[in-house]
Amino acid sequence: MENLGVVFALLGAALAALLAGTGSAIGVGRTGQAAAGIVTEDPSKFGKVLILELLPGTQGIYGLIIAFLTLSNIGILGGNPNISIAKGLLYLMACLPIAIVGLFSAISQANASVSSMGLLSKRPDQFGKSMIFPIMVETYAILALLVSILSVNAINGMNI
Amino acid sequence: MAKNLYPYAVARIRSKELSLLNSSMMDQLIGAKTEEDCLNLLAGKGWDTESGVDKMFASEQKKTWDLLSELVSDLSVFNVFLLKNDYHNLKAAIKLRCTNTSMPSVYILNGTVPVEKIQAAVEKSQWDLLPEEMQSPAQEAFEALLHTRDGQLCDFILDKACLCAIEKAGKASDTEAIREYAERTVAAADIKIAVRALHTGKPLSLIESSLAPCDSLDTDRLAKAATQSEEAIFDVLSTSRYADAIDSLRESPSAFESWCDNLIIRKIRKELYNPFTLGPLAAFLIAKETELKSVRILLSGKRNGMPEDFIRQRMRELYVV
Repeated sequence: MENLGVVFALLGAALAALLAGTGSAIGVGRTGQAAAGIVTEDPSKFGKVLILELLPGTQGIYGLIIAFLTLSNIGILGGNPNISIAKGLLYLMACLPIAIVGLFSAISQANASVSSMGLLSKRPDQFGKSMIFPIMVETYAILALLVSILSVNAINGMNI
Repeated sequence: MAKNLYPYAVARIRSKELSLLNSSMMDQLIGAKTEEDCLNLLAGKGWDTESGVDKMFASEQKKTWDLLSELVSDLSVFNVFLLKNDYHNLKAAIKLRCTNTSMPSVYILNGTVPVEKIQAAVEKSQWDLLPEEMQSPAQEAFEALLHTRDGQLCDFILDKACLCAIEKAGKASDTEAIREYAERTVAAADIKIAVRALHTGKPLSLIESSLAPCDSLDTDRLAKAATQSEEAIFDVLSTSRYADAIDSLRESPSAFESWCDNLIIRKIRKELYNPFTLGPLAAFLIAKETELKSVRILLSGKRNGMPEDFIRQRMRELYVV
């Protein structure tokens, strides 16, 4: 029971990497299929569709950053992994924004990217505009990342 | 879930939509002086015009189905578009047997049931060789033609069976574009049957048995109206979602034919903005078929020296603008 704090914190780190990474994997997989379809018909569009394909991959990186910060703060990566249950629960809560927002925003961003690829296939000159639509979804993943970073860092300095 | 999204297929179709004829190309075709000029323009668009007009259409159709077979592992999802070919083949086989003639060129090869199978079923009167829903109408149509020698009665039976099969296939589909196509096709055919029956003075019992069930049309009222007057038919249509068919029906039969095709094209146009599902694939297929129909009319008009306005009136709306 006395190590339950670490268990909760580790669960938070795992969820951040797991859910955000799953979202990115689904998203990049989906955009990858659409990108392959575009390149089958017009190989010259490879560079452009590759950028659109990679956009939903960022959420997985954000999840990894939070997981890494949490693991580092709780001492799993070196130090004394001994924190209170309350602190462990706080870490778990801090990881949830990027875990959940990362999962759903990556899938939504993939859908927007696939639509943008449709635009790109018909109007290659509109590449800049076609990038904007999926990037708008990124805003919410970044907001969730910020909340998670601020929370994880703030919890580290708390004395509970 | 992801399996039914078809992102690869839709992305390829988005690129292929660029090869469909757009309005400026259609204007050029209509403005061309001769059929030969039209064929030259089509050749520039990648159409195979060198082997003759009939082969050109067959080749374009084959290209579309080859593309779809690359994109979808099970082509039976598009059966709704091929059912009319099956029933055409069945009709041809029955008529050829009853008249004891042979004419292999009348068959359409692209159907859900192989032509040989239909021929064998009709030749041996072995109806169980056919798919279940074709067996009973095939036997009924064959016996009707054999006993009455009335080709029109045979057509009525098989046309209705075809429409019922399209309606059933549409309802079974989870793709909106296919459901819309089936519903609008059946409704348009019912309206056409009602108008034709009125002009030829068919009895109510025959009209009722010819109209296929359709959710968006009150077929009982339509059948009764078809025994009364054109205005009675218009009255039935005015209370349905096909009220704007009235103007085209007043204008001419060919205007109504155009209206039927345009209705479907307008309904499926939203698939241009749908990045997932089978909808854009089905829409592309419908768009290509409608495009081929327009080009057929156009070439025939040019061949017969029809004026531009005459041809333009008969052109169908385009899927891509």
